[in-house]
Amino acid sequence: MPSDNIVLEVSGLRKEFGSLVAVDDVTFAIPSGGSLAIVGESGSGKTTIARMIVGLERATRGTITACGRDRSRPARSARDRRHRGREVQIVFQDPYTSLDPRQTAERAIDEILRLHHGFDADRRQARIEQLTDLVGLDSRQARALPRALSGGQRQRVAIARALAAEPQILILDESVAALDVSIQAQVLNLLADIRDETSVSYILISHDLAVVRQLTDEAIVMYRGQLVEQGPTAQVLDDPQHPYTQRLRASVPRPGWKPTRRPQESPRAEQKGGPHG
Amino acid sequence: MSGGSRLNSLPDRGAPSEGQAVTVPAGGEPLLSVKNLTVLLPVETRERAVLRDVCLDISAGEAVGLVGESGSGKSMTARAIDRLLPKGAQVQGQIRFAGSDVTGLAGSQLRAYRNRVAMIFQDPRAHVNPVRRIGDFMTEALRTNLGVSGTDASRQAADMLSQVGIEDAQRRLHQYPHELSGGMLQRVMIAAALLTEPALLLADEPTTALDVTTQAEVMAILDELRGRYGLAMLFITHDLELAAAICDRTIVMYAGQVVEVRRSELLHSDPLHPYTAALAAARPDIGQKAARLRAIPGRPLSAFEAPATECAFAPRCRFAEDACREAVPPLIELDGGLSRCVRVTELRGQLEAAHA
Repeated sequence: MPSDNIVLEVSGLRKEFGSLVAVDDVTFAIPSGGSLAIVGESGSGKTTIARMIVGLERATRGTITACGRDRSRPARSARDRRHRGREVQIVFQDPYTSLDPRQTAERAIDEILRLHHGFDADRRQARIEQLTDLVGLDSRQARALPRALSGGQRQRVAIARALAAEPQILILDESVAALDVSIQAQVLNLLADIRDETSVSYILISHDLAVVRQLTDEAIVMYRGQLVEQGPTAQVLDDPQHPYTQRLRASVPRPGWKPTRRPQESPRAEQKGGPHG
Repeated sequence: MSGGSRLNSLPDRGAPSEGQAVTVPAGGEPLLSVKNLTVLLPVETRERAVLRDVCLDISAGEAVGLVGESGSGKSMTARAIDRLLPKGAQVQGQIRFAGSDVTGLAGSQLRAYRNRVAMIFQDPRAHVNPVRRIGDFMTEALRTNLGVSGTDASRQAADMLSQVGIEDAQRRLHQYPHELSGGMLQRVMIAAALLTEPALLLADEPTTALDVTTQAEVMAILDELRGRYGLAMLFITHDLELAAAICDRTIVMYAGQVVEVRRSELLHSDPLHPYTAALAAARPDIGQKAARLRAIPGRPLSAFEAPATECAFAPRCRFAEDACREAVPPLIELDGGLSRCVRVTELRGQLEAAHA
């Protein structure tokens, strides 16, 4: 990918919560149409990075540039905020809490279309049909309230709603983790199709390395707030370099897998000495 | 119930004794035997089936996986076994543990049974009182059900915490649940469950909420302690690979029914039901990116949605024929396993290839 085609650039990003450093000097970039995985255990800082990119947290230091514009500081106006919403959208893990329980799928999508595009009613309706079709919801499901939909269907509504803004970057924060395996496969195929058909870029936050392999080209590995490894997804998974990535890879169940206990260690001791980039 | 002999002779940490035999009833009856278990729950004035005709056996010391998607009935099966079903549940069929029927147990007999058949859950925080200290929680069953003195119970609890890899056990006993991480708290739950010297552990997705590395640790601890105490386990998970890796046999459930029982090492290479094969094929592969995942069309059905007159998986099955829609298939015995597929004999061998 040519380097002038960068859609998101994060540089020297740091986030402190009181004395805790949640994210420590993280730098990465995503080309337009690219797909990046952020891998790491809970508390490693991966969700905090996502929250800073969408603007739900403010970075303590460092810069975030999306679509050529700085978004390290809070939006100065409603117009600015709306503009940012068009550039980056996020789909959360839990489709049970991220949808308005009183809003049908159609209305949820319609709201985004009005806010961001100002289409007339006919055009909005056509776009709603296009989007619900794209995520595989039938017309009955599109007119249903969230409580009448299964988890997988709700997650498709959340994805359709995020895509309605026509974002350049879609952040998927464990968005397929809670889905049943058979439904997860449907949603992963859908996400691959959408990326083929549009120029959207993905940031996938996931602890599931098989999902990471399926959906991303590049991966970064976070450990205790630091970026400890990065590279093409296949390379990071097949030939992990950092001890944490190696341990992560070895912890994935597979035929003949024998879980092993790690010798006890003081929680902070192992952080030292690891190469980080 | 057997006395506290094993409790008083807990092996020291790091020096596992040989697995102790659990009393097995004469006649070779399995430790746990569930026969034709059907459970109905009242949902909005109607009785709805959540389990249909479930049969399963667990031998002493055996690890059995129970795999399925949402609504398959895997958690309900464990709850029915431990007599933890919601009020108003109608239970038909038989659940026998160590030779006696447990469906009618009440009061102290039921408490004693639960000491022998312990359960751990996906979310330890939802199953522990947040305002009571770890030590208080851990020793409750020992003190109130088994009459162990407070001092002895604390000593045993501390010892068990060391066995699940928690150091400075004494300090932990005085802490509250919120002071422990999820992985640490799940280890506490395991230790607490083992204190009453159960013969069977019902583990309901105990590692699903944990990081992969922590999951590996917890699984290793379970494995080690099972070997040490000859403990049988019913391990409930949605993760076919995890079940296959750690269990002797795996039971696959769909829509409230058992559809396959298979030795775990054959589950992926020689499955006996199209659903098992489809489930394995739908998972992305960590070793390589697939051009397209083999998604199963439609969505998983709950037991009460499944038609009572045909194979529940038929609407989503690429191998379904007229024969599949004529009646609910019986469980057919084949190659030491069981399959609820009328076409299993002709399909066997093709299933894995068809989905690979």
